[in-house]
Amino acid sequence: MSVDVKTVKRVAHLARIAVSEDDAERMTGELNAILGFVEQLNEVDVSGVEPMTSVTPMEMKKRGDVVTDGNKAADIVANAPATDENFFLVPKVVE
Amino acid sequence: MSDLIHLTISQARAKLRAKEITATEITEAYLLAIDRANPALNAYVAVTGDKARDMAKTSDARLLKGEGGALEGIPLGIKDLFGTEGVHTQACSHVLDGFKPRYESTVTSNLWADGAVMLGKLNMDEFAMGSSNETSYYGPVINPWRRLRLDTVVMPTTHQGDGGFVSAGGTKTQRSLDNAQLVPGGSSGGSATAVSAFLCAGATATDTGGSIRQPAAFTGTVGVKPTYGRCSRWGIVAFASSLDQAGPIARDVRDAAILLKSMASVDPKDTTSVDRPVPDYEAAIGKPIKGMKVGIPKEYRVDGMPEEIEALWQKGIAWLRDAGAEIVDISLPHTKYALPAYYIVAPAEASSNLARYDGVRYGLRVPGKDIVEMYEKTRAAGFGREVKRRIMIGTYVLSAGYYDAYYLQAQKVRNLIKRDFENVFAAGVDVILTPATPSAAFGIADEDMAADPVKMYLNDIFTVTVNMAGLPGIAVPAGLDPKGLPLGLQLIGRPFEEETLFQTAAVIEQAAGSFQPEKWW
Repeated sequence: MSVDVKTVKRVAHLARIAVSEDDAERMTGELNAILGFVEQLNEVDVSGVEPMTSVTPMEMKKRGDVVTDGNKAADIVANAPATDENFFLVPKVVE
Repeated sequence: MSDLIHLTISQARAKLRAKEITATEITEAYLLAIDRANPALNAYVAVTGDKARDMAKTSDARLLKGEGGALEGIPLGIKDLFGTEGVHTQACSHVLDGFKPRYESTVTSNLWADGAVMLGKLNMDEFAMGSSNETSYYGPVINPWRRLRLDTVVMPTTHQGDGGFVSAGGTKTQRSLDNAQLVPGGSSGGSATAVSAFLCAGATATDTGGSIRQPAAFTGTVGVKPTYGRCSRWGIVAFASSLDQAGPIARDVRDAAILLKSMASVDPKDTTSVDRPVPDYEAAIGKPIKGMKVGIPKEYRVDGMPEEIEALWQKGIAWLRDAGAEIVDISLPHTKYALPAYYIVAPAEASSNLARYDGVRYGLRVPGKDIVEMYEKTRAAGFGREVKRRIMIGTYVLSAGYYDAYYLQAQKVRNLIKRDFENVFAAGVDVILTPATPSAAFGIADEDMAADPVKMYLNDIFTVTVNMAGLPGIAVPAGLDPKGLPLGLQLIGRPFEEETLFQTAAVIEQAAGSFQPEKWW
């Protein structure tokens, strides 16, 4: 399978990355090189093979349903580009 | 002072405990070495001199009372991927501009608890995506190793013989270092360079497809990728969560064992951290390997592999055989599919993990007319080309209609790759010996690799299988190529049998010796 410029632009939008016309052109070639390379996986017979879900067989760890952390609002917003009274500031989302 | 930086961790540890040297002295020696070398090598992106001096002072107080921890007073460099409280942590990306976490990663917490001293943060490929350390926002790291130049020069008779080999015709072979700059490998290029050039006693690194072992091989250092789950991933910037593992880069096998012992732990904060006690890896060094079954996988003999790599591999086989190991030919039939499967799984996980960089909670923000435009502009400006390429691939293979064809197929193939290893281990193979990389270090801005991303990806052809199967692997220096550049061998072990790797790598190290770059910086 290969992608065209239109698909690349759609994927870029899904990934929330702004691309210029030139970027999209260049990426199309690069992406097709990679997709061409991974194409060889189709020749592998995977009938009856389960997809891997966990690389190390282990039981999912569970922890007690108790509060172990919190009251760190100032720490959480400390690195944000724009904040106000421990809220993250973003451009207006709801009209 | 300069001899202090040449001590291995085990040597420095003994001298610190014997009070022959102080943590402050060794820390100052490293800070001076960094100050002089970093403009040329670009290994550190942040040097934490004040913090290092404070930590060294605390270590000296503890050492004086005889209360020092396992790494008390040992100065280390930390890859920029590890969250370090109040200190530059950007995964060498512009998108994390100015980020200083309010927490400390589990691995680095473990190191500080054992008394280690932090010298600073080490350069790396952006978000650990790369095999040459050229994708860093902070510019490439330079390999301290350079190729040898052997020029034949006609000598005036009066000077014959000065420092060269005189031939009958009055010419001599002049040995010098080529000026061409080489890459240290990646993504842990800063870690490998800093260790190799004596800018830290040891370093933390991470490995998703070969990011510890390939740079270790390119710089003549020892790099360990532990079993998935051995080191906590908590507080490490995530790239591909099912593949990422932290591990050490060190100057010798013993130092790597000492570092891993401190880095590894059982961590309730990481659900994939495995509940197994951490063994004393150092104790495995020096144990005989007599009777050990060493597998040689035929699929690792790839087309176009340079002669010197094959020769190195044969040398490794001979060393282990001489030490009493039984060498057996094995087959890992799905080897060639590991890299293509990796380039679906890793970008897919990366595209999810990197969704968090949106200009809202940390790092860079580029304003837009609405929130979507802000996201798009921020991510366009914040991510470099390689990172964007991988996010795009990941987004595509996970998008509606393509998931089964790409991601599901890759995860099935991944199970087959794992099964290949399980089969040979079940047949009694204790450890697998392979080359670490398909070549020695290559030049900065290599045109072939810049033109074709897949060519760069092929660097990880021998290492990526190990991540796909979650196994432990070690790269150990084994010799120099004809141009004088270091080459490494890789050992692959059963899950959680890192001790076997240290035990076997020590035999290779003993036979091969150790390798230091000639200082030009």
